[in-house]
Amino acid sequence: MTDITLPAAEPVSRPISPSREVWLSLKANKGAMAGLIVIVLLVIAAVFADIIAPYHYAQVFKECVVEVCPPAWREGSDPRFILGTDAVGRDLWSRLIHGSRYSLFIGSIVVTISLAAGILFGLLSGFFRGTIDILIMRAMDIILSVPSLLLALAIVAILGSGLLNAMIAVAITYIPHYARLARAAVLTELPKDYVTASRVAGAGTLRLMLNTVLPNCLAPLIVQATLSFSTAILDAAALGFLGYGAQAPTPEWGTMLADARSLIRSMPWVVTLPGLAILITVLAFNLLGDGLRDALDPKLKR
Amino acid sequence: MLRFVLTRVGLVIPTFLGIILLTFILIRLVPGDPVQVRVGERGITEERRLALLHEMGLDRPLHVQFFDYVGGVLQGDLGISIITKKPVMVEFLTLFPATLELAFFAILFAASIGLPLGVIAAVRRGSAFDHTVMGLSLTGYSMPIFWWGLLLILLFSVDLGWTPVAKRLSDDYFVDQVTGFMLIDTLLSDDPMNEGSFLDALHHLILPTVVLGTVPLAVIARMTRSAMLEVLGEDYIRTARAKGLGSIRVVAVHALRNALVPVVTVIGLQVGTLMGGAILTETVFSWPGIGKWLVESIGRRDYPALQGGVLVIAALVMTVNLAVDLLYGLLNPRIRHRR
Repeated sequence: MTDITLPAAEPVSRPISPSREVWLSLKANKGAMAGLIVIVLLVIAAVFADIIAPYHYAQVFKECVVEVCPPAWREGSDPRFILGTDAVGRDLWSRLIHGSRYSLFIGSIVVTISLAAGILFGLLSGFFRGTIDILIMRAMDIILSVPSLLLALAIVAILGSGLLNAMIAVAITYIPHYARLARAAVLTELPKDYVTASRVAGAGTLRLMLNTVLPNCLAPLIVQATLSFSTAILDAAALGFLGYGAQAPTPEWGTMLADARSLIRSMPWVVTLPGLAILITVLAFNLLGDGLRDALDPKLKR
Repeated sequence: MLRFVLTRVGLVIPTFLGIILLTFILIRLVPGDPVQVRVGERGITEERRLALLHEMGLDRPLHVQFFDYVGGVLQGDLGISIITKKPVMVEFLTLFPATLELAFFAILFAASIGLPLGVIAAVRRGSAFDHTVMGLSLTGYSMPIFWWGLLLILLFSVDLGWTPVAKRLSDDYFVDQVTGFMLIDTLLSDDPMNEGSFLDALHHLILPTVVLGTVPLAVIARMTRSAMLEVLGEDYIRTARAKGLGSIRVVAVHALRNALVPVVTVIGLQVGTLMGGAILTETVFSWPGIGKWLVESIGRRDYPALQGGVLVIAALVMTVNLAVDLLYGLLNPRIRHRR
C-alpha cells in the first residue's frame, strides 16, 4: 500500500473563477502591485501604530523645544528622533505612523457613507424612474455643480470644524458619482433576462434591487470606491490644512501641515514629510484603482 | 441644433434654481440667532434685534423670503458682508480678476505642456517616455497641491531665492486697480515709480500658476494620450499613412484634430477643479482672490459672503459646463442628434 505510487493526476482544466481572473490581471500590473504593497504596509502601520511608533504621538520632549531636534540627515540630530521633532517637540516619525490610522480611517468612512448613500439613490432612481428619478438626479446635479472642496468647506462651516464633520462633508460631495454609476448600471441590467426571470419567479422589488441587480453592478462601483478613497484622503487633508478638519494635536497629515508655512525656513522637514506621506498614500490608492479598472473592465482586456 | 441648445439650457435652469435653494437653506442651517448670523452684532437689545429682524425681512413667511431671495439674486443682489459691510457682489467682483488671472495662466500652462506630452506618449506607446509621462501624470493627479505649493516655495523661494513667496506684487509698487488683472494694470500705470512692475507681477505668477496647473496638467496629459491612442487606431489614419503622408503630418493634422474634441471638453470641465484648487493655492501664496476670501469668510463667520460666493461659483461652473456641452454638440453631430 505504501509503495504504490499513483500516476500524477491529470490537470483538470477548470474555468478560472472571476475573482481569480481579476487577481491574475492585477498581479501582472506592476503599478497596481506596488500600490497594493504600500497599502498593506500602511494598514500594518495603522494597526500596530502603538507598537511600531517609538513614542506616543502627543509626547512632548522639552529638550527639543528650546533647541530644535532635526532629522538624522541634518547636523545636530538626536539619535532618538530619526525624522526629527516638530515645533512643539514631538517625535515626527511617531506622529507620521499614527497619522496612517487617520488617513485609512477617513478613506474608509467617507467611502462607506458615500457608497451606501449613492447606491441607495442610484437604485431608487433606476428602479422607480419618474418623479423620484428626476428629483434625485437634479439634486445630484446641484451637488456636482459646486466644486467639492468648496461644498465641503461650506458644510463644515455650518456643522463646525472637526474630523467627523469633515468626513461627513467630504462624503456628501462624493454621493453623486456613486448614484450616477449605480443608476446607469441598474438601467443596463434591468431589461436583461435574468432580472425578468427573477421577477416572474415572484421576487419583490427590494429583493430584485439588493439580491439580483446590485451584485451585477458592483464592478464600476468598486473601481470608483478605490479611486475616491484617494480623493477622500486628499480632500480631508486639505480641510485639515485649512484648519477645518481634524484639530491639533491629532496627528492627521493635513492638519500637521496647517501651521507649516511659518516653519518653512526653520524646520523644513516638518513641511516636507507629512505631505510626502499624503502623496505616497494617495498615489498607492490611485495605482491600485487604475489596476482594478483595467482588471474589471472587459473592454480593455487583452 | 436649436432643439439641442434649448434642451440643454432647459436642463440647467432647474439646477440653477436648486443651487439658489441650496444656498438659501445653507445660511438657515447655521446654528444660532439668525440676526447674529447675518449681521454679526452681539449683545444687542431685544428691540434692536427685532428691528433688524424686520429690516432683513426674516420675520416673514419662509416662501416669501425665498422668492425675495431669488428676486435679489437675479438682480445681482447677494446680500451684505458682515465684516466689510459692502455688498457681497462688489466684494466678489473686486477679487475675482485675481483668481481669473491665476486660473487662466494655470490652464494655459497645463494645456501647453499636457497636450504635447500626451501626444508624444501616445505616438510612442509603451516606450520609456510613455511610462515616464504616465507615471508623472498619476503623481501630479495624486498631489496634495497645498503641500506642492509649500514644497516649491521651499525650493525656489527659500533655498534658491528665485521667486517671491506671496501676493501678486512686491510692496515697492502701488498699482491702482483698473481691470483687476495685475498684468494689465501694471502696464496701464504710467507712474515712473512703477517701472518694472509688470515683470514683477509676472514673477509673482510663476509658482502659483505651476501649483494650480499641476492637476489639470496631469488630467490633460492622460486624456490626450488616451484620445490619441483611440484615434490613431482608426481606419482613416491607416489610409492617411497608406497615402504616404509623413508621420508628423498624420499625427498633427489628421489625428490630433479629432482627438482634440474630447480633450477640449476635459479642459472645460476642469473649471470646477480649478476653483477648488484656487482655494488652496491662494491660501498657500496669500493670493488675494476668491479662494482666499472664501476661506477667510468662513473663519470670520461671514456667512452672507460664503453664501454669495458659493452661489456665484456654482453658477459660473454650470455656465462653463453648459458652454462646453453646447460646443461639444456643435462639434459632434452624434451627440447633438441623440435624444
